[in-house]
Amino acid sequence: MSMFGTADQSQSDFKKGLNKVYTWYTGGFIAFVLILAVLEQMGLSKNWIGYLFLAATVLLYAGIGVMSRTNDAAEYYVAGRRVPAMYNGMATGADWMSAASFIGMAGTLYLTGFGGLAFILGWTGGYCLVALFLAPYLRKFGQFTIPDFLGARFEGNMPRLIGVVGAILCSFTYVVAQIYGVGLITSRLTGLAFEVGIFAGLAGILVCSFLGGMRAVTWTQVAQYVILIIAYLLPVVWLSVKHTGVPIPQAVYGYTLEKITAKEDQLLKDPKELEVRGIFKARSDAAVEKLKDVPASMAADKAAATKALDDLKAANGSLDAIKAAEVALAALPKDEVAAKAAYTAARTSNAAKAAPPIRHAQPFPGKDEETQSKARKNFLALVFCLMIGTAALPHILMRYYTTPSVKEARESVSWSLFFIFLLYFTAPALAVLAKYEVYTVLVNTPFDKLPEWIARWSSVDKSLLSVVDINKDGILQLAEMSIGGDIIVLATPEIGGLPYVVSGMVAAGGLAAALSTADGLLLTIANALSHDLYYKVIDPNASTARRVAVSKALLLVVALAAAYVAAQKPADILFLVSAAFSFAAATFFPALTLGIFWKRANKWGASLGMLAGLGITFYYMVTTQPWLYKLTHGGAAITPEILKANTWWDIAPISAGLFGVPVGFAVIIIVSLLTKAPGKEVQDLVEHVRFPSLDGKTSAGSTAH
Amino acid sequence: MKLTAKHQEYWGKNLRITAILLAIWFFVTFVVIYFARELTFSFFGWPFSFWVAAQGALVIYCLIIWFYARYMNNLDNEYGVAEGE
Repeated sequence: MSMFGTADQSQSDFKKGLNKVYTWYTGGFIAFVLILAVLEQMGLSKNWIGYLFLAATVLLYAGIGVMSRTNDAAEYYVAGRRVPAMYNGMATGADWMSAASFIGMAGTLYLTGFGGLAFILGWTGGYCLVALFLAPYLRKFGQFTIPDFLGARFEGNMPRLIGVVGAILCSFTYVVAQIYGVGLITSRLTGLAFEVGIFAGLAGILVCSFLGGMRAVTWTQVAQYVILIIAYLLPVVWLSVKHTGVPIPQAVYGYTLEKITAKEDQLLKDPKELEVRGIFKARSDAAVEKLKDVPASMAADKAAATKALDDLKAANGSLDAIKAAEVALAALPKDEVAAKAAYTAARTSNAAKAAPPIRHAQPFPGKDEETQSKARKNFLALVFCLMIGTAALPHILMRYYTTPSVKEARESVSWSLFFIFLLYFTAPALAVLAKYEVYTVLVNTPFDKLPEWIARWSSVDKSLLSVVDINKDGILQLAEMSIGGDIIVLATPEIGGLPYVVSGMVAAGGLAAALSTADGLLLTIANALSHDLYYKVIDPNASTARRVAVSKALLLVVALAAAYVAAQKPADILFLVSAAFSFAAATFFPALTLGIFWKRANKWGASLGMLAGLGITFYYMVTTQPWLYKLTHGGAAITPEILKANTWWDIAPISAGLFGVPVGFAVIIIVSLLTKAPGKEVQDLVEHVRFPSLDGKTSAGSTAH
Repeated sequence: MKLTAKHQEYWGKNLRITAILLAIWFFVTFVVIYFARELTFSFFGWPFSFWVAAQGALVIYCLIIWFYARYMNNLDNEYGVAEGE
């Protein structure tokens, strides 16, 4: 289609055409939202607004996919290498910002304060490493995938195959989380079942990447970026105008933060808050007591519940009360294992609620010097892993193959970070504004005067929001409210008193974020299998058409597999996403950077280094992360003693890459020095990637394929 | 093609600017944040370290990447290693 470029068009005409298309597109999206807003005023129901947003955006993405369908290998794998720097930056932004960034980030910041800033720092600072160490060189290398580079630089199929395994491992865990997010948003937006939501979203992903590969994914991601950034910024700006009178929340929320800090001082001492926290503490202590002798506690619980029921019956209690007492009796745990689990859960959840609110602006909180330094160590370790991981995730690095030149690849990283920055420097502002709203408007409000959105969201999902009058004073204390992170972004429009159409738009933005990331990840997996495994290793004589066909078939299989896993609602999905960063960091970063900056690095060093980095990271997670431990130790639960013995240097399992990355570097260097230096051809390749053009004439495009 | 002294010089300059920018990146990220508990003086309302982690560092990251692209693109032209159109 001419809209996304024809072969004979010049680059500047192509760029002008794109500017026109996307300007019209953005205008069209705004007009669509405005029309829906008018229709809402005229009485269009909320469900219909949800359906229209879902249908319109998914159809739009599918439409772009159909328009940019292709069977040409260079178009399919790297969008013809003609994506201008700015557009590649937008596509990378959408590729990068997942459901976790869009929906989860502000919530994490709300719940953890300064601690959550590790994600902000890590997920932006990594781009410095991409710019300085990888993007321009990979562009000059100019093949199709990351394992391609490993295979060419380290002479052989072994490093290539290790790269394939690494790429699939990190991309697959990540894509499962995205599809899970798609299901969640679709079901919230339309009221469809979660599983149906997954498959509706999957259709949108597949039409796009299936027909047009990287080319379709690129132009869809640009479209998705536009939607997600408008959807993210608009409600925050509105909330900021409401609280501060200034439409640039990022510039002024420092003063709001000051007010929150003052309010925190008050809430920490407030007698009513202390009373509620005391009640939770007592409940937690009671659970601890019960855990000391489980069978006796079970018997006591049963006796108490039976007595309550008998008393009610004897006193001719109301039918409802008797029914409730019967239900309570029937709900008691049936055996010792269930009882133990129930008491443990009660202990943990009540202890958490009994804790005083965290100080939002305080770095590395802790009761003594030791816990503070532990918090600092883990904060820095997490930042390190997220940064190195960012600079090693194949689906991001692959994007820099698509620019027309090395020069544009460098500029493109700059645009990428700028577009990501727009969202990431807004998220902390949103968290602070939402907290201010809760602390000043909600806290101390009588229960019967709470705003309407509280009741609505707590009926959607108790884990998102629940308020219970624990001390029966009829007034909401902060400690009586439990809040899930995801609600911050989703409910912001309602908190700010905006019409429902904005809520629909925010959900559509979250969907765009999840779909765009899923697109890029699926393509990475399918390409690693079809290009690196099938074409380069199994059948090097395969025709272009056949390679693309294989890739499309694999895409379908991988997408269905990921949807299947997501539909099982695996536990600890957030942990898996973060784990993907540590895996990518330890596997790819040392091999890629040494491959470019150290000519002496060779096949054996790189292969063993990647395996060692990945191995150590995996080993550390398996021995310290409760869920993985249970999975790999025949169902045995991790005990605090085992955890303490297995933990190195107090580092949490999420930052396992802190050990994997240095081990990876060390093994590559030592093994390379112990074995034969790479041949002349590799030396030449390294020189080739280090200079955009040795003679100042040849363009990267001509050596590309 | 054999590398000339000019090529070596280009690569040396590239390594130098990479090292300088990396040092800035490291300082902003790991050194400033390491002392976050001490750097809590008020900066337009924010405690300084909170502001750095939420905004300041991000702005510097953007500048690092922007500067590197500009510097290297100029260096390419100066040393005659830019790609032809």
